Amino acid sequence: MATLTINGKRVEVTASNETPLLWAIREELKLTGTKYGCGVASCGACTVHLAGKPVRSCAVTIGDVKGRPITTIEGLSPNGSHPLQKAWVAEQVPQCGYCQSGQIMQAAALLKDKPKPTRDEIVKHMDGNLCRCGTYNKIVKAIERAASGKA
Amino acid sequence: MTSTKLSRRDALKASAGLTFAFTFGLADEASAQQKAAAPATTAKLNAYVTIARDGTVTIQSPAPEMGQGIKTSIPLIIAEELDADWSKVKIAQSPIDPAYDHPIFKSQFVVGSLSTRGYWMAVRIAGAQARRVLIDAAAATLNVPAEQLTTEPGFVVHAASKRKLSYGEIAATAKAPEKLPDIKPEQLKKVANFRLLGRDVPRTDVAAKANGREQYSIDVHVPGMLYGTLARAPVRGSGPTSFNEADLAKMAGIVKVVALGHGVGIVGQSMPQVIAARRALKAQWKDAPGSKSNSDAALKEYQANARNAEKKGVVGRNSGDINAAMAAAAKTITGEFTTDYVYHAQMEPLNAVASVTAEGVEVWAGTQWPTMAVTEAAKIAGVPREKVKFNPMTMGGGFGRRAYVEYVVDAVHLSKAVGKPVKMIQTREDDVAAARVRPMTAHKIDVGLDAGGKILGWRHRIAADTVVPYLYGPARMEAQKGVDHIVMAGADVPLYDVPSHQAEHLYEERGVRTAAWRGIGAGHNCYAIECMIDVLAKEAGESPIAYRIGLLKDPRAKAVVHAVSEMSDWYNKKSRPGRSVGVAFGRLGLPQVGEALAATVAEISVDRATGLVRVHKLWCAADVGLPLQPANIAAQVEGSLIWGVSSALKERITIKDGAVQQQNFSDYEILRMSETPEVFVKVLRSGEMPLPVGELGLGTVIPAIANAVHASTGKWLRNAPFTKTRVKDAIA
Repeated sequence: MATLTINGKRVEVTASNETPLLWAIREELKLTGTKYGCGVASCGACTVHLAGKPVRSCAVTIGDVKGRPITTIEGLSPNGSHPLQKAWVAEQVPQCGYCQSGQIMQAAALLKDKPKPTRDEIVKHMDGNLCRCGTYNKIVKAIERAASGKA
Repeated sequence: MTSTKLSRRDALKASAGLTFAFTFGLADEASAQQKAAAPATTAKLNAYVTIARDGTVTIQSPAPEMGQGIKTSIPLIIAEELDADWSKVKIAQSPIDPAYDHPIFKSQFVVGSLSTRGYWMAVRIAGAQARRVLIDAAAATLNVPAEQLTTEPGFVVHAASKRKLSYGEIAATAKAPEKLPDIKPEQLKKVANFRLLGRDVPRTDVAAKANGREQYSIDVHVPGMLYGTLARAPVRGSGPTSFNEADLAKMAGIVKVVALGHGVGIVGQSMPQVIAARRALKAQWKDAPGSKSNSDAALKEYQANARNAEKKGVVGRNSGDINAAMAAAAKTITGEFTTDYVYHAQMEPLNAVASVTAEGVEVWAGTQWPTMAVTEAAKIAGVPREKVKFNPMTMGGGFGRRAYVEYVVDAVHLSKAVGKPVKMIQTREDDVAAARVRPMTAHKIDVGLDAGGKILGWRHRIAADTVVPYLYGPARMEAQKGVDHIVMAGADVPLYDVPSHQAEHLYEERGVRTAAWRGIGAGHNCYAIECMIDVLAKEAGESPIAYRIGLLKDPRAKAVVHAVSEMSDWYNKKSRPGRSVGVAFGRLGLPQVGEALAATVAEISVDRATGLVRVHKLWCAADVGLPLQPANIAAQVEGSLIWGVSSALKERITIKDGAVQQQNFSDYEILRMSETPEVFVKVLRSGEMPLPVGELGLGTVIPAIANAVHASTGKWLRNAPFTKTRVKDAIA
């Protein structure tokens, strides 16, 4: 039993300390926007924020995160109103959509630290998040749109 | 989430308004089996439109969504003909029922980029017929002849008396007549009058995919659900002979370890516990034909067989008299090419949720072939087809992988074994290990030229694994006289001026699991053909663009090559110092339904020290017939092109002693953002029929890159993918 602070709420989970955060989020707390893609921090589909920094939730354990606030895609904004989410809609980024929660969480961490990133900074920051549908160029455009404030 | 889908019958009961059920002239489309199993009242019916009193129009979307935007596009076609107010349209994922069968496949089946093209006329008629019923009902209410009535979005209008009735008002009192009006193609809306199609209506699934709320089968929760996984035998036809069952059963949270003919299933209380047991599994597998297969050695055999004229293949494409043409040739030009096995790498690992009870089985799954999934689930659960409740879920990528339904079967097996609902998730490692790869191929192309350099004959020999016997069964392969249309797709050159042509398939069976993979045969055949065209252009002393425009007979084909030449500023070498360009032409579709055409130019640079090829820019001119959602079409083509770059430069499955050697995204690498070129797609319109799109352009990318590398280095790349080592060796 452990207590997590997730999306601003304190919640109890029964998962053991060794359990990857991903599975507690998805299967115990039913916050399914965070996706399982690879289990080895190679694809980025499970990206969440831990104390404001993007982490692969498949590669951190419940024991690692205790006491530190976690934000998932469900907690990024009420009603999908984060500038990135609006930009994602405006640019019609997603195709299958499976990687996009992770993409948005990764991008949100960038904009928090660096509200006006250059294209190169965007690409460098986003390079660990895979997309099989090939939406990368639209992701860059959507991040630029959100950063420009016109989302 | 539990089941949110109502059966169509429930939907009928629940709706306060009017539901239209349409009978088309497709009386024979349901198979005998479907006829026997489907409830009598719904067999051979089509039921797309329900209108509620408040004016809400619910439109059924028959084709599963896997990223292609079909859940918006098909309802949009219906709304166009219905003259619905799009803001009042609600889209429902239709149940699995013969009423929603794809008119070509006679099944709910999403493959071949044929969903829009296949449903096009049927759903237009459905929309037009619903509109006609509304008009007739309004004519009775207003007491005017139907001929005096028109529609505007959401209303039937009587202009003479300045009266109008909303669709909701009409639905509140109207009854659909016993015999629904016939709609003839000429009564459909004129394309010039479309107000939704061609206008880039936003996709309806995007917001949910940006806020994490889209539901994939992996997100389903059913009360009392357990978790499961399945370790599949490394090769086709194998299964476990022994494994450490007792050790696994003792592990924390493990409920049951299940020996199946084709693998070992593990069921437990939580996914991490199931994964831990999966990692602890030690199994011996029985020998099968593929147990000793080795892809490196096999490829050499494929090449030898492609070269050996004594070995006859199955002729899949044939025109003219190839033997006479080759005998008459003054000169023969030969090219050889190979492609490796590749993996789908869809982002959502294969998974499904199943609940087998005494009453039947309920399944939640994202699949390209839900009709087949229902059939197979019924078989495993041992219940009749109508006892399967199937919930089609959004797919986190399909690309041909989810045309197979074995993961649905596995979920049903596991639920049956424990008597509880089970969410079966294949780990990424197992998704790779049990990959169903695109066939490995070796090509030999001989082109016979006359003394003046004109092409007389083109002989293409393809040594490759087969797909059709495993996707559709051996009977289908036999019915097709041994022609594997998945492997042979795009092996012909009908739009080029080639008087005699033959393409043959030399079967290579190594026991490896194969599949349709985005682009199917075009992925390897277009590579071989379009590299060969560049060889011929060089022989003719012409530029690759001019040579293609000269050799292509078809005006649409010439037009895409011309367009991409302009888009890329092909002849302006000064615009790209240190870089070079290559071009390729490709087709997607079937002659009987029409083909979309694409021409692609790749701008690349080669790092001679490392062999690294970088693709900086791609331009693609895509003739898609009638573009219904142009921006989405451009996005789909861009995705297909980027997929092409990924497969051209990076993707490779190797097999040793029957086992896939790669394990995860860490060693099966797909293209990253930093490697992604700028992409420019121009969507060209021709005619009034939407043509296939989702795989368009993929096959053109690999040859365009190879041809560009030749322009830069003078060396041909003959083995895809163009890994650094291979490129370095080729240009050394």
